[in-house]
Amino acid sequence: MIVPWGETRLVQGNEAVALGAVASELDLFAGYPITPSSEVAELLSRFLPQQGKKWIQMEDEIASISAIIGGSLAGARSMTATSGPGFSLMQEGLGYACMTEVPLVLVNVMRGGPSTGLPTQVAQGDVMQARWGTHGDHPVIALIPADVKECFELTIKAFNLAEEYRTPVILLSDEVIGHMRERVDFPEKEEMDLTRQPRPDVPVEWYEHYHPTATNVSPMARFGRGYRFHVTGLTHDVHGFPTRKVDEVNAKMERLKHKITRRLEDLEDNRIHGVEESDVVIFAYGSVYRSAMAARQMLAEEDGENVGVFRPVTIWPFPDKTVKELLDTKDVVLVPELNQGQIIHEVERLTVDSVRVVPLHRVDGYEITPEEIVDRIREVM
Amino acid sequence: MDYAEIRLSGSGGQGMGLAGRIFSESAITEGYNVCQTQSYGPEARGGASRTDIIFSCHQILFPNCRNLDVLLAMNQESSDKFSDSVREDGLILVDSTYVDQPPEGNRVYEYKLTQTSMETFKIPLAANLIALGIIAALTRYFSLESWTDAIRRTVPERFRDLNLDAFELGHREGREILHVEEGRVPVAYDRKRPVPECIKERFEDRRRASGKGGGSRKSNKRKKDSSKKKKKSGGK
Amino acid sequence: MPAHLPYEYKYLRHKKKFPHVWCPGCGIGILMGSIIRAVDALGWKKDDVVMSSGIGCTSRMPVYVDFNTLHTTHGRALAFSTGVKLANPELQIVAVMGDGDALAIGGNHLIHTARRNLDMTAIVVNNSNYGMTGGQFSPTTPEGAKTSTTPYGMIEPTFDACDLARSAGASFVARGTVYHVMELDKFLQKAMRKKGFSLVEVLSPCPTSFGRRNKQADPVKMMESLRDGTVNTAQAKKMKPEELEGKIVRGIFHDIEKKEYLERYEELCARASETAVK
Repeated sequence: MIVPWGETRLVQGNEAVALGAVASELDLFAGYPITPSSEVAELLSRFLPQQGKKWIQMEDEIASISAIIGGSLAGARSMTATSGPGFSLMQEGLGYACMTEVPLVLVNVMRGGPSTGLPTQVAQGDVMQARWGTHGDHPVIALIPADVKECFELTIKAFNLAEEYRTPVILLSDEVIGHMRERVDFPEKEEMDLTRQPRPDVPVEWYEHYHPTATNVSPMARFGRGYRFHVTGLTHDVHGFPTRKVDEVNAKMERLKHKITRRLEDLEDNRIHGVEESDVVIFAYGSVYRSAMAARQMLAEEDGENVGVFRPVTIWPFPDKTVKELLDTKDVVLVPELNQGQIIHEVERLTVDSVRVVPLHRVDGYEITPEEIVDRIREVM
Repeated sequence: MDYAEIRLSGSGGQGMGLAGRIFSESAITEGYNVCQTQSYGPEARGGASRTDIIFSCHQILFPNCRNLDVLLAMNQESSDKFSDSVREDGLILVDSTYVDQPPEGNRVYEYKLTQTSMETFKIPLAANLIALGIIAALTRYFSLESWTDAIRRTVPERFRDLNLDAFELGHREGREILHVEEGRVPVAYDRKRPVPECIKERFEDRRRASGKGGGSRKSNKRKKDSSKKKKKSGGK
Repeated sequence: MPAHLPYEYKYLRHKKKFPHVWCPGCGIGILMGSIIRAVDALGWKKDDVVMSSGIGCTSRMPVYVDFNTLHTTHGRALAFSTGVKLANPELQIVAVMGDGDALAIGGNHLIHTARRNLDMTAIVVNNSNYGMTGGQFSPTTPEGAKTSTTPYGMIEPTFDACDLARSAGASFVARGTVYHVMELDKFLQKAMRKKGFSLVEVLSPCPTSFGRRNKQADPVKMMESLRDGTVNTAQAKKMKPEELEGKIVRGIFHDIEKKEYLERYEELCARASETAVK
């Protein structure tokens, strides 16, 4: 038994990702070593062969993303793990998977950048890249954990979403979360949602690889089961054959977009603390969320101030509606990020001018401390 | 104990990560929430790396230590770098094999951890477990069973006995320090071995000071005494 | 429309509207027929065949054939195929790529898929340029040749893809041309039947891009130069070095028994399960 269902363990963040993947019945891992994500690959290299499942270290990150797309099309639940530089290499492949609507999970354990940056230290500099790193208009789902247990739970959720929306899902962890060890009380297996999406059941002649539906997602066949479909990155029609006809191109582009935009409410996942009651809110994600919550506690204890915290767990698609609804009436929204300001622009975009959106940046490879947040809040209040 | 922050620091390769995991496992056995983080430079050996452990009855928010209850510094660099983060009533243990200038503080203990490891176990790497043993005794955070269970769970089988012995050695040393601090009779007395002058002196001082003997804590005295005490026990 | 269609038609996609994209005089269509005949001769079921490709003229082949088809990104056909094979080892994979796709951008994946000796057949169509994008030079453009990016003549040396594949670890390596079709059929059958990584390099004319720039624009003449400019291994043995100068050798260069990747992986799983049980 690899996953300690129902038991209590001291677990590392990256280890939790590996366990979450095993819990999701991962069939294929293809990756390339890169700090600080290598533990995911290393642990899976032990777990997967024990289960008779496939694990391979490819020659580079481009080969890794390519292999997991191929694997997914042939019926394997697939995943890869990387960090900044590898994530950059994977962008073309990621775009291919978005275009061809192939489910997969891509774990990016963020580290200091740009370029080689600070390989062993934390940053949140890939958040915008996760959304727009690959060329062209494409849908993206990205989840950001803030503790070790979430690394486990959100990996499982990522696999579910990938299949449900027929799209790659990115798990944006970071070096601190990836390497920290925490007590995790694992749930019982029955408590987890491990449902699989149905396969197509239409006769072969009627099968359309991109059949239009209300959700813009149709059951995906796999190679070797009789459907003999075509997959290409060229813009294509409902069968998957390349097309340049205007109506068919538009149909495909709309399908890709609305797959996500029509289901924003389903995808949204936020943690909201005291936001309604306060005038000052901290908007934080990932490991910075923990600093924000500690700051909120300190301000309550020391200053008697109620400062709210808004945290998106699903960062892409961005929770536009909820952010606008809840934050438009605030005086101050502080956006602490371990980058030079990426998500802050989303918050600014969505809130009226009267809301003071205040940045707090740190790119030196160290965490934003609760004290820094408290000091900045006291300054602006 | 509701909440505590512990930092184990030294150069890479001194086993702070392993010690941290044992600490965390013990805390979990006792039912606490635990969060452990590590940071190091790129050097595989040397530098100043640290393992932070926070355990708490409640949810742990910020995962890094800010006000240390316990600091273990295995080299001078760590001692210099981190001693300021220790709380007023916090505990510092330094490896005097490498730390020549111990830090200032209310509860600072020096012990020749690596040297003792070499002398007793013939390898320097047991120093981290000796340190854990001392800290375990001095802090009284968890039961002995929790600690030894954690060691058994964490350490590879072939090193288990070595690690348990090293921990026991440290724990014994720690208990003896407590005995002296808290005014109980030092073990040596019971064994009817000649009591060293320095110990005798201190005992007389204390008797004179409080009339009963008993544990008020004064910094400089203890620092000197621990090292003297340890000098004696190093020979055992 | 003939009353009785050639059996190859069974292997073409009827939903996909022809005509195909290739130029008059291009040899890729000949290769497509050759592959189909090999599949038929080997008795492979259409459902079990995966044809993968990268980007380029050759890589346009998969959409026309009634197999499981995968048109990937430039240079990555073998990496995608690795994932497919690992996920479902029952599938028979034929990867078709051009010279630029397989040897330039895809070179690294060729090396490592060959090194692993993963069971699949890689077919590299060598027409000495990047045809689809307008005729830029590729790693196989002969020295001195004119292309859209070598207006003064190619200065870079080429290398032998068959040599590369063999030394990287392929268990079957052959070279043919689209002129010598019967021979090509045989090579492909052998390559595809082989359990291990097979590479077949196929020389093909590109009258539109390469030919036109090098005063060889006549497709018939280009075919004839494939006939005249190549010799098979038997002939090559009998020729003196001066005679062999400027000629390209066709044939099966390498055909060995070697443990295939998935066999090794199975053994790994057996070892891993033992450790787990302990």
